[in-house]
Amino acid sequence: MLSIEKLTYAFENARPIFQKISMDVKVGEFVSIIGASGSGKSTLFQLITGLLEPDQGEIRINGENTENRLGKVGYMPQKDLLLPWRTVLDNVLLPLEVSKENRQRKIPQIREWLGRFGLAEVEKSYPDELSGGMRQRAAFLRTIMTGKDLLLLDEPFGALDSLTKRNMHSWLLGLWGELQKTVLFITHDLEEAILLSDRIYLLGRESLQEVKVSLSRPRSTEIIYQSEFITMRQELERLIHDEN
Amino acid sequence: MKINWKKWLRDYGLFLLVAIMLVSVWEWVVTKGLVPPFILPSPSAIWRSLIENRQLLLQEHLPATLLEVLSGFGISLTGGLLLGAGMHFSRALEKIVYPFLVISQTIPLIAISPIFIMWFGYSIWSKIAVTILISIFPIVVSTYDGLKSGGKEYRDLLLTMGANRWAIFKKIQVPMALPVILSGVKMAAVYCVVGATIGEWLGASVGLGYFSRRMSGNLQADAVFAAIFLLSLLGIVLFLLISFIEKQLLKNKIRNLRG
Repeated sequence: MLSIEKLTYAFENARPIFQKISMDVKVGEFVSIIGASGSGKSTLFQLITGLLEPDQGEIRINGENTENRLGKVGYMPQKDLLLPWRTVLDNVLLPLEVSKENRQRKIPQIREWLGRFGLAEVEKSYPDELSGGMRQRAAFLRTIMTGKDLLLLDEPFGALDSLTKRNMHSWLLGLWGELQKTVLFITHDLEEAILLSDRIYLLGRESLQEVKVSLSRPRSTEIIYQSEFITMRQELERLIHDEN
Repeated sequence: MKINWKKWLRDYGLFLLVAIMLVSVWEWVVTKGLVPPFILPSPSAIWRSLIENRQLLLQEHLPATLLEVLSGFGISLTGGLLLGAGMHFSRALEKIVYPFLVISQTIPLIAISPIFIMWFGYSIWSKIAVTILISIFPIVVSTYDGLKSGGKEYRDLLLTMGANRWAIFKKIQVPMALPVILSGVKMAAVYCVVGATIGEWLGASVGLGYFSRRMSGNLQADAVFAAIFLLSLLGIVLFLLISFIEKQLLKNKIRNLRG
């Protein structure tokens, strides 16, 4: 689905933030990237979406190494960036308008999605009338509506309180089976990363380290109390500690 | 439409009270003979003059001025929006036009108006030219600045959806710029009345500015004030009209400002 090879990138006149890092994501996988603030997680996403160009190395999406990657993946930025003057429904329709698809024909299908996302009752509301969790779900649905198979989610639950976050986790785990998407997910929450992912990449100062999560699916949020989960978490914390 | 009197009173009550007080003091000062009426006519004299000249003012001079104001405003609005948007899309155009715009605002209107009279004669176009010169600046600048400020994060998001420049302009930059543009348009509307009046002062055969100039030559201060009263009323009506349009357009976009 996505493969990155020997990627190097530096901001102007600065030490490179990535030195020949490689990673790959297979179809249907949920992969998380964990790293300290400033380790360049969001920059990596901007490189993948095509907002930035790598200095060296290759980024291949679906096996293609195209120059122009813009419009090839679904990207959900850290802030929800819902347009305040559009209703929830119109916000979700934005990607279809951009790709000039017929929005009228898609509306029944989108209504169904809105229901699944718990947004059916608020489709005519404006973003500032929604709770944080709802805004995040609307932004996520907008990302899905891009119709792309690979979704890049940049700390989508980072700004939510822990209770709302917990709800979002169980909601997302329940939805994952029917979603049929590939997700690359940025977070700095270890528990969240283990709970949701198939694999985790630790983005360090110099390197990228891969950790497999061997918990079976479908999962529920209950598994965070299981010994397997706790062992996994301890191991991850040790790895991060060694890194520094 | 139901008017909420309580709210109206809270919003404008204080202004109204002070205005009534000022007019009363004014009336009292003049009727007491503290100021001669040809220097400062009393409000009641102005009102009488307005009634007396109502046919001339409302049927001849006001329509003439209104035509100049509306034509000038229409051309300024169209030209200003196009120029502002053009400058947004083309850096070269911006580099060329911006200095000229600033220079155009440094020219004293009184000094350039004789040239307009030479070019356009005493026709309506000399007045419209002054009106455009004075009112296009706020429209161009607010359009250009408003479009420029449209958030980079939103732009990036649309780019990742594969949007082209036109789509970003239409879906993000125009809606975000609208409040700023409308402020500029409101200012321009008021300037248009000023521009038309200056144009008429310098050479016209009809219009409220022309009327007030002629009356001031005759030392009929009350008639001058009557014309000024109508001009100011015209400015206020235009301003309110655009405020109303603004409210309709921004019904939901205004959230943008609050949020």
